[in-house]
Amino acid sequence: MYQHTRFNNNNFNLFQKFKNFDYILLACILLLGFISLATMYSTDGGKVLFHTKSHFIKLIIFTTMMLIFSFINIKFWFLIGYFSYFVVIVLLVWTYFFGITSSGSQRWIDLYFINLQPSELMKIFIILCLAKYFHRMKLESVNSIYTILTSLIIIILPMGLVIVQPDLGTSVLIVISGIAVLWFAGINHKYFIYTMLGFLISLPFIIAFLKPYQKLRVLTFLNPDRDPLGAGYQIIQSKIAVGSGGVFGKGFLKGTQSYLEFLPEKHTDFIFTLFSEEFGFVGSFFLLLIYAIIIYRIIAIGASSRSYFAKIFCYSFGAAIFVYITINMSMVLGLLPIVGSPLPIMSYGGSSMLATMIGFGIVMSARVHSQQSIA
Amino acid sequence: MINSSSENVTKLNSINRRMFITGSLKFFIMIGLISRLFFLQVKENKKYLTLSDKNRIREWKLAPVRGEFHDYFGNVIAGNYEAYQLHIIPEEVEDFRYVIYRLKDLLELSDKEFKKVLKKKNEIKPWETLIISDNLNWKKFSKINNHLYDLNGVKPVVSISRNYPFKENFTHVLGYVSQASEKDIEDTEAIKKNFVPGLKVGKVGLEKSLEAKLIGTNDIERYEVNAYGRRISQLKFQKGEKGKTLRLTLDTKIQQLANELLKDKAGSICVMDIYTGAIIAMHSSPSFDPNLFVFGISQDDWQIIRNNPMKPLVNKTLQGNYSPGSTIKPIVALSALENGIINTNFTVKCTGKTEMYGQTYHCWKKKGHGFMNLRDGMKQSCDTYFYEVARKLGVDKLSETAKKFGLGYKVFGDLFDIEKKGLIPNTKWKKNALGKGWLLGETIITGIGQGYIQTTPIQLCLMTAQIANGGYKIYPQIIIDKNKDQPNDKYTPLYNDSKNIKIVQDAMFGSTNEVMGTSYRSRINDPKYQFAGKTGTAQVKKITKKDRELDLKTFEIPYEERDHALYVAFGPYKHPRYALSVVVEHGGNGSTTAAPMAKKLFKLIIDRHELRDSINNKKYMDI
Repeated sequence: MYQHTRFNNNNFNLFQKFKNFDYILLACILLLGFISLATMYSTDGGKVLFHTKSHFIKLIIFTTMMLIFSFINIKFWFLIGYFSYFVVIVLLVWTYFFGITSSGSQRWIDLYFINLQPSELMKIFIILCLAKYFHRMKLESVNSIYTILTSLIIIILPMGLVIVQPDLGTSVLIVISGIAVLWFAGINHKYFIYTMLGFLISLPFIIAFLKPYQKLRVLTFLNPDRDPLGAGYQIIQSKIAVGSGGVFGKGFLKGTQSYLEFLPEKHTDFIFTLFSEEFGFVGSFFLLLIYAIIIYRIIAIGASSRSYFAKIFCYSFGAAIFVYITINMSMVLGLLPIVGSPLPIMSYGGSSMLATMIGFGIVMSARVHSQQSIA
Repeated sequence: MINSSSENVTKLNSINRRMFITGSLKFFIMIGLISRLFFLQVKENKKYLTLSDKNRIREWKLAPVRGEFHDYFGNVIAGNYEAYQLHIIPEEVEDFRYVIYRLKDLLELSDKEFKKVLKKKNEIKPWETLIISDNLNWKKFSKINNHLYDLNGVKPVVSISRNYPFKENFTHVLGYVSQASEKDIEDTEAIKKNFVPGLKVGKVGLEKSLEAKLIGTNDIERYEVNAYGRRISQLKFQKGEKGKTLRLTLDTKIQQLANELLKDKAGSICVMDIYTGAIIAMHSSPSFDPNLFVFGISQDDWQIIRNNPMKPLVNKTLQGNYSPGSTIKPIVALSALENGIINTNFTVKCTGKTEMYGQTYHCWKKKGHGFMNLRDGMKQSCDTYFYEVARKLGVDKLSETAKKFGLGYKVFGDLFDIEKKGLIPNTKWKKNALGKGWLLGETIITGIGQGYIQTTPIQLCLMTAQIANGGYKIYPQIIIDKNKDQPNDKYTPLYNDSKNIKIVQDAMFGSTNEVMGTSYRSRINDPKYQFAGKTGTAQVKKITKKDRELDLKTFEIPYEERDHALYVAFGPYKHPRYALSVVVEHGGNGSTTAAPMAKKLFKLIIDRHELRDSINNKKYMDI
């Protein structure tokens, strides 16, 4: 059996790789891409304008990239785990000093052909890095002070670099991605409980340190009607849009809330609102179902992976994707305060899509090379 | 190897257990999201659908078209014309400073006007409409339209505005319109309902009291708008209704004559149909041009009107409380006859003055009239005669008759809020109002229309009309409204014996048409125009002994101290149809100032009678 597998491992051919592909996951991703294109077309007012074109091109490029990544041996991803993390940290530092400032925060670096948001990439590469870190670790040493401190530093360093941009939303997502890895790596659950308690206790102090606009968001979340034309505007209009969609929605290209520009940020963070307004409960349910299948497939791939690294990556990535979706939707549906967090694939934004596609690529690679063991 | 393998197994167990926990958590969160979606989209759908419609649909109200006023013959006396206006909503303008300076150039606004606009801008809320100019001429309006590309946010508006073609002629009847104030909006339901920025509403006169009928209803435009309030598409246009056009009983020609007669004088003329109570003319002088007020009167014009010593803002016909002077004498005589105090043969000797209760009362004729009976007393307006009649009659009986004939009450009821009641005194009134007992001397001067007694010109006109029509009650009206119910007591007799009315009428005829009559010089001999009347001269101040010795001519007395000249009359005498009253403030003498005006008026009134009648007849033929 062992020999047999080994034999197979050494004789991966292209045909087998194709055979190992997770076509359900691929189909879901392509379907999601198609839906996101249609929605983007609607945000452009039913015309093929800048956002639609740009989104389309990015989809093509990044999907192709994902497919290419799938054929790269999972070993390679393991190999570049630390290195990639380090590169993104450098990019973040670069952003801090030379980044492009837009609407009050310095998040982007100019790569001449594309403006890259390294913080988005960090969401993936922190998982990669930590997965590698825990891959060979014995269960006993996982809970040693040294390990915990090291992993915390790995998490806190990018978090700090992103917070100063300032970009609370992304930094929260980075931290959650990191914590997801720690959780699956087997760090004692007591630590999580203690951290959670500590967080709750220090919450008032954290709020004191928030920027005024962030405080406002929290207050607005607690009571959107306190300033319906100001800070509460986004939440209220978003709820109106979703609520007015009804069971079957207002119809494609007929969402009055978005078409008449009542919706803020409809290309990016609030894209689900527009989708939900036009396709109603049925459409939203369908979209959630696609996401659920994607997450399920990622977990399934993780479960069938032979290597611990691949498992930990898939589980954590699945959890991270789930958290992105949950946070974005809860925010749009008025269940959470507004923090900038895109909806994977659906939202307009190159870096976010790039990061998500890299993640899918690695997962797919884990699937294709599921029998690959990493020494 | 074995170690490592068992190590792997525990590790896998751990991660799979945790995966299971995470997975269940995800499942429940997913369920939570879906129920939230269900709650918003299915359960609360109606609520959010309404909110969404409220978001996207906005209504614009346009100024309603105001009803017009026509005179009896259908001439427009208050109409509408298209006014070209410029509106700006400051909030919607990107660069307000640029736009406003550009407008200043284009409209050639003076610095003063420009400052006024800026001041107005600061007073209103940024989302309220700022009216830069409310009455542009066509040239400037088209100029603005040509430059619109450069004037982002400026809205050229064709609005309907009030116009009074006869200027000062109808001012005191119609009043005028002007920009609605906060108070107007609050007080009047019709204004509140139809308010749009720049709406003009009635400020005084009929324009004010008939606001609810005149105002009409808004046109409503329903638009789909985007988040910035920009109109995307029109969903509906609901045409408003024009306000009711009201036809008045007034005759413009006679009104104009009245205005002409009272030119440069302060006073009032009113003419009434003695059977229908229709007001033919009602003018108070001096008047002013109501068009000045429509777009807000300039400070200079306002000062001119305000500071005029003849008080153009006072409607003297309705607001002016005057001592009736000798014009009250027909009522005094009638009251005495009705109460059986005197008969036509009752005679008094006039020596120019008479002493009663230790006071000397003078007749206007120093030498005295000699022996006077009722007819002569009226004809020559002998004060001594009426002192004696009043003394015998008593003030309470006199006031009863006077009130019966409409003195002491508002003639138009609630129609004009400024109308005064006048004052018909009696013993009870004095006790209540002044807390003192009535003095007999006061009765005596009441008998010649001096003292406490006060009447408005319209009351005198009504009194005369009711004497002229044979003593029947009428209700003056100024608006032709076929649907209005006539009061039940219309045409009820006001007399006990109709003979007494005849006697008074005859005496008034004598006063105008016979030698020695006080208005003999103003008579018309042609029976077609022949009228009967009674002069009156109301003292403004008490005549002192010194004044009597000086015996100055009217023009030698300072203006404010001159007597008011009054005249009441009805005609044509054979078949009376019209009554009038003329009051000229400080005009000196009723027979020289007021009566000649009546002569000119009767000429025209009776000339136009046929025309007036033909309108009525024609109406029946149409049916």
